[in-house]
Amino acid sequence: MGRHEDQTGPAERIDRRRFLAGTAAASAAMFVSGTALIHPGEAWGLEAKSLKPETIKTLVKVARDIYPHDRLTDKYYAIAVKGYDQKAAKDPAVKALIEDGIALVDSLAKAQHGVLYADIGWEGPRVAILQEIESGAFFQKVQSGLIVDLYNQKEIWPLFGYEGESASKGGYINRGFNDLAWL
Amino acid sequence: MAKFDLNDDSVVVIIGSGAGGGTLGTELALKGVKVVILEAGPRYEIEDFINDEWASFTQLSWKDMRTTSGSWRIHKDFPNLPAWIVKAVGGTTVHWAGASLRIQEHEFQARTHYGEVGGANLLDWPITLKELEPYYEKAESKMGVTRTNGIPGLPGNNNFKILEAGAKKLGYQEVHTGRMAINSQPRDGRGSCQQIGFCFQGCKSGAKWSTLYAEIPKGEATGKLEVRPDAQAIKIEHDAAGKVTGVVYANSKGDLQRQKARIVCVAGNSIESPRLLLNSASNLFPNGLANSSGQVGRNYMRHTTGAVFAVFEQPVHMYRGTTMAGIVRDESGYKPGRGFAGGYELETISVGLAFMAAFLNPGGWGRGITSALDSYQNMAGLWIVGEDMPQETNRITLDSTVKDKFGMPVASVHFDDHANDIAMRNHAYGRATAIYEAAGATRVFPQTPYPSTHNLGTNRMSEKPRDGVVNKYGQTHDIKNLFVSDGSQFTTGAGENPTLTIVALAIRQADYIAKEMAKNTI
Repeated sequence: MGRHEDQTGPAERIDRRRFLAGTAAASAAMFVSGTALIHPGEAWGLEAKSLKPETIKTLVKVARDIYPHDRLTDKYYAIAVKGYDQKAAKDPAVKALIEDGIALVDSLAKAQHGVLYADIGWEGPRVAILQEIESGAFFQKVQSGLIVDLYNQKEIWPLFGYEGESASKGGYINRGFNDLAWL
Repeated sequence: MAKFDLNDDSVVVIIGSGAGGGTLGTELALKGVKVVILEAGPRYEIEDFINDEWASFTQLSWKDMRTTSGSWRIHKDFPNLPAWIVKAVGGTTVHWAGASLRIQEHEFQARTHYGEVGGANLLDWPITLKELEPYYEKAESKMGVTRTNGIPGLPGNNNFKILEAGAKKLGYQEVHTGRMAINSQPRDGRGSCQQIGFCFQGCKSGAKWSTLYAEIPKGEATGKLEVRPDAQAIKIEHDAAGKVTGVVYANSKGDLQRQKARIVCVAGNSIESPRLLLNSASNLFPNGLANSSGQVGRNYMRHTTGAVFAVFEQPVHMYRGTTMAGIVRDESGYKPGRGFAGGYELETISVGLAFMAAFLNPGGWGRGITSALDSYQNMAGLWIVGEDMPQETNRITLDSTVKDKFGMPVASVHFDDHANDIAMRNHAYGRATAIYEAAGATRVFPQTPYPSTHNLGTNRMSEKPRDGVVNKYGQTHDIKNLFVSDGSQFTTGAGENPTLTIVALAIRQADYIAKEMAKNTI
C-alpha cells in the first residue's frame, strides 16, 4: 500500500508498467485469500459475506483516496467501508451499486493504465479516475458514508488531537481550556 | 405535577417547549394560569446528554422529513435538513450556545434606517428597544447572562485567545468573552461552567440556561403546568365564530388526541409554526389560520452566517471549553460604507473532528480537505451571525407530495440569498481572515452556512394586519385567542443571536395574556 509510494520515488525511473502491475505480492499490503481480505502488515483480516473480497479491497483503496490521511492505516478505512458488505447482503440495490462502482473504477484503470484500480501504484492517477466519477451515485454514496464511518471512529481522534468526551473527566476547566501560551 | 383533562377548556395550550414556549408556559404558571405544553419530542434530562456529536445529533435533533428548494447551498448538501434544531423538551435551548445579545435600537426600525432595499420585504417592528428594555432586563436576570446584573464574564478559552489577539491587532475595540447565558459562577441553583466544550450537545453541567431545567421545573412546581412530551401537534381547531378551541395532537402511541383550550400559543420554531397554521386550514380560513395577510410562512430568515477556520503553527485545541464565549462586536453596527445594510457579530465556534469533516466543505474530498483536518488541533474558528434580508419568496410552504406519518404535508423550505446577504458574508469572511492572519494563521478557509439554527420571521409582527401575522404582543391579527410565541414573530432578523429576544418577548407576552385573561377579553 502506501509504503511503496514512500520508498519508491519516480526518480528511480523504474518501468512504470511493471511497477504498476508487479509489486503487490511482495509487500505487506492487503491480499485476497478465498473469501477473506487479509492485511498481513497490519495484522487484520475480514471475511466477505456478500461483496466480492476483491471489491472490498478496492473499496478500501478508494476510501483512502477520497479522504487520504497518511497517518491512518488501512484498518480504519476498512472499518469505514465494511458496513457495505452487511448492507449488500440485505439489499441487492446496495450490492449492485458497490459492485458496479468498483467494476467501473477497475475498467477505467484497465483502460488507462492496464491494471486494476488497486494496483495503480500512485495516488495521482487513481484520484484522476475518481474525479471522473465523482458526480455518480457510487462515489457519492461512498464519500458521504465515509464522513460518518471514517471520522466518527473514536480510535482515530487522538491522531488528530481531538480528545472527545470530556464531561466525565470534569470538562477542561482544569485540563487546559486556556493553556495556549505561544501567542 | 399538574395533569389536566383533555376537555378542560380553561387551559392555555402552548405548542413547543423551547425558548418561547418553555418560558411562556413557566411564566404563565407562575401567575396561576393553567398551562398544557405539547412538545413533539421526548423528555431527556441532563444525565441523558451525550458528549458525542453524531450520537447527540441522533438523540436530540429534529430529523423528521422536510424538503427544500432554492439557490442556498443547504438545498444541495442537506436537502432534507434545512435546520439544526432540537426535537425534545427544552427545544433548541438544549442545543443553543448561550450567546445573549439585545437587538439594537436601529435594528427594530430596519425599514426606516436601511430604506428601501430592492427585493427585501423590510418593515419596522411594531415595538421599540425602549419598550422591550424592561423585558430584556428580566430575561437577562432570569437567564443569568454574563456581563449583566453584575455577573462576571466567562474566562476565555484558547479559541478566544486567538480571536482576541487577532482582533486587537486590527484595532477592534469591543472584544470579550461575550454575554452568555452560561453561569460564570453558581447561580439560580445551577453550578458554573466546567469548560466541557459540548455546548451544542446539551450542557452536562447545567451551567447553560435551558428551559428544560432552568424554567419548566419551576412552572411544574406550581401545579399549574403540565408538559406532555411526544405530543406532535397536528391541527389547531376553531369554532364558527373563528376563535380557536383546541389542538389535535398525536401522542407517543400515534393516537390522535384533542386538547381543548381557552388560548393557543404556537412556539414550534419558524418552520413548524407556520406549517401548523397552514395545516390548520378550514372552510372559514381556507389559506390557513391567521393568514389573511398571506404572510404566514413568508419572510423566512436564517441570519447571514458562515464560519471561518484558521490553522496555526502550534496547537490551539479550540474544542476545549465554552463553544461560543468569544465575540467581536465592532462590525455589528449599521455602517452603509461597507456596501450592505445591517451588521454582523463574529463569535468563536468549534466543532469536533466528526462535524468538522461533515461541514468543512460538504461534498468535497481529497487532500484539500484532509490536509486541513490533519491540522485539526491547530485550528481556531469563528462563526458569522449577521442580519439577513426578509424576502417574501423565502418561505415555508406545505409540500404537496410529501406527508408525515400522520398524513400531514411536511414543511418545504425555500431560500435564496439576497445580494445584501452575500455582500455581508463576503465582508465578514474578509474581516475574519484578516483577524486570523493578524494572529499568525498559516491557512484560513471559509465554511458555508450550516443547517439553520436561527430560524426567524415566518409569522412576523406588524403594526398593520395586512403586513404581517401578529401584533406587538404576538397575538395574531385575525384570531384573538391565538398567539405566536417563538422567533417566527421577528419582523426582521437583526444581527444578534435571537434567543434572548425570544425570551424577552415571551415574558412580555405572558404579562399580556394574563392581563387580558383577567379582563376576560380573551
